[in-house]
Amino acid sequence: MNKKLFYFIPYTLWLVLFVGAPIILMLLQSFMSIDGQATLANYQIFFGSGTYLRMMFNSVWYAFLITVITLVISFPTALFLNTLRHKDLWLLLIILPTWINLLLKTYAFIGILGHNGSINSFLQFMGFAPQQLLFSNASFLLVAAYIEIPFMILPIFNALAEIDNSLINASYDLGASKWQTLRHVILPLSADGIRAGIQAVFIPSLSLFMITRLIGGNRVITLGTAIEEHFLVTQNWGMGSTIGVVLIIAMIITMFVTRERKKGGNKY
Amino acid sequence: MKKLIYAALAIILATSLLWVGSIHFERAQNAETGTNGNKVLNLYNWGDYIDPALITKFEKQTGIKVNYETFDSNEAMVTKIKQGGTSYDLTVPSDYMIQKMKKENLLLPIHKSKITTLKYIDKRFLNLAFDRHNKYSIPYFWGTLGIVYNDKYVKRHEISQWNDLWNSKYRDKIMLIDSARDILGLSLISQGNSLNDKSSADLQAAKGKLDALMPNVKAIVADEIKMYMVQEEAPIAVTYSGEAAEMIAQNKHLHYIVPTKGSNEWFDNLVIPKTAKHIAAAYQFINFINQPENAKQNAEYIGYATPNAKAKQLLPKSIRTDQQFYPSAKTLSKLQVYQDLGQKKTQEYNDLFLEFKMTNR
Repeated sequence: MNKKLFYFIPYTLWLVLFVGAPIILMLLQSFMSIDGQATLANYQIFFGSGTYLRMMFNSVWYAFLITVITLVISFPTALFLNTLRHKDLWLLLIILPTWINLLLKTYAFIGILGHNGSINSFLQFMGFAPQQLLFSNASFLLVAAYIEIPFMILPIFNALAEIDNSLINASYDLGASKWQTLRHVILPLSADGIRAGIQAVFIPSLSLFMITRLIGGNRVITLGTAIEEHFLVTQNWGMGSTIGVVLIIAMIITMFVTRERKKGGNKY
Repeated sequence: MKKLIYAALAIILATSLLWVGSIHFERAQNAETGTNGNKVLNLYNWGDYIDPALITKFEKQTGIKVNYETFDSNEAMVTKIKQGGTSYDLTVPSDYMIQKMKKENLLLPIHKSKITTLKYIDKRFLNLAFDRHNKYSIPYFWGTLGIVYNDKYVKRHEISQWNDLWNSKYRDKIMLIDSARDILGLSLISQGNSLNDKSSADLQAAKGKLDALMPNVKAIVADEIKMYMVQEEAPIAVTYSGEAAEMIAQNKHLHYIVPTKGSNEWFDNLVIPKTAKHIAAAYQFINFINQPENAKQNAEYIGYATPNAKAKQLLPKSIRTDQQFYPSAKTLSKLQVYQDLGQKKTQEYNDLFLEFKMTNR
């Protein structure tokens, strides 16, 4: 028993120092006014201001859209990947972009979407007038979805790979159509992967901020933008922490809603 | 398992080789420039804000090794200086930030008797409101806030004042620099108010006027504004003279104007933070960089306006008389300098700016 405890020390230390302590510091900070007095004012400002509530709405709404877009693309992709012969190789190609720095990828998109970028050059070549692509909601969603998509495909792919093929064959043998098999066999069995994918995409999407400026041209304002400003420009760490706490609560809610439910319930 | 251990050993071997190599080259470099480990200067500056050739020259001349680190905003710089960590010997804040750092006791006074090159600085840049008698700071560069336009899409006489930005024909054509004070400031000036206005009513009015500008605003971006303008993503941008100089160097269709009815004039000055450990080296550097020859070389490299009168004389006539970067006396008389607003008002400016950003088109 003592030995077991001993092995736990590094992990516990890590948790306490790098997970527990920062969250507690942030919580304390969020109850501080700019003069260092304990106060609830930051929360009052947050929930009493149309600006912050709209930002909160933007954050959740865009995170939701990004999650839906990635999910809609990822599930069929993962299904398809599982039928291929060299699936590990194909999977590697999907994971490959995550090895490249996020900022570099974003800058690459500026080159693609820009006024004189690849897409517009192509449009002009085809005889169309160049379009304004950058600084639009659509381009923001495109880039954000592109960046998040490997994190959605990976867990779904793994969940699908674990499904016993004989179950699917049994479903066909019993007269189920392709659609019925998908709906009643594959989907429930891959639900854990989908949940993990949603968590891995929705939660980071809540606090995106660099892309909102570079691709969105600050036309899409989310809470990440406000946190950056409070910590760097106005030095109002209390308010910045309050927004951070609100985001953490939003993330906890997400985890709770998408948590793994006890098996055996009647889900259909 | 065995494979894993071999892989780990290989990584350790490779990194130690690289480490030995880097030490070797550092030594070789030190021998070449005559520097050694004890004589250093920790210079904390804006990115790309000095001619690197001058750093080498300084190292050769004095035997002091310069560690050059960069920041991208006044606020980020102060946060890092406050937290200690590295003890920077010299840094380059802007006017209002010098005032704030002074208030917070973050600066060491400068003994002017030791600054032998002070005589070269134009009197206009000395004894300014943010640092009377230059107790803490020595001018480095100065510049303005203005408008960059592309002559392919906008004619020369079409834009000369801030109010021209509101023209409905520029719908979705303007890029703004992502800075609360500058953007609210241009709105304040266009309504005849001061850049340092603290009246909430005036600020509300300025923000209201900005909301009307939103249909013309294509994007609100930071450093990327240079790249976007050079690539002709937008025909008009509101930005600083120094950024404009870099854009113009890369795209000849771009031009810069300072609104003649008023704008912001800013100063970046050299200061010695409280945490400095190599003060003698800091003085040497201040004197070195203000030698007319060096200041001239630096100004040519960076493209900002130099406060060094002697160095300005040495610059080619085409630069010296360029009204874009050395505006006429008449325009100069209309320019205003930022003052530290205090935390509360800074917050108000930023909150209003955030609200402005969220305005729907």
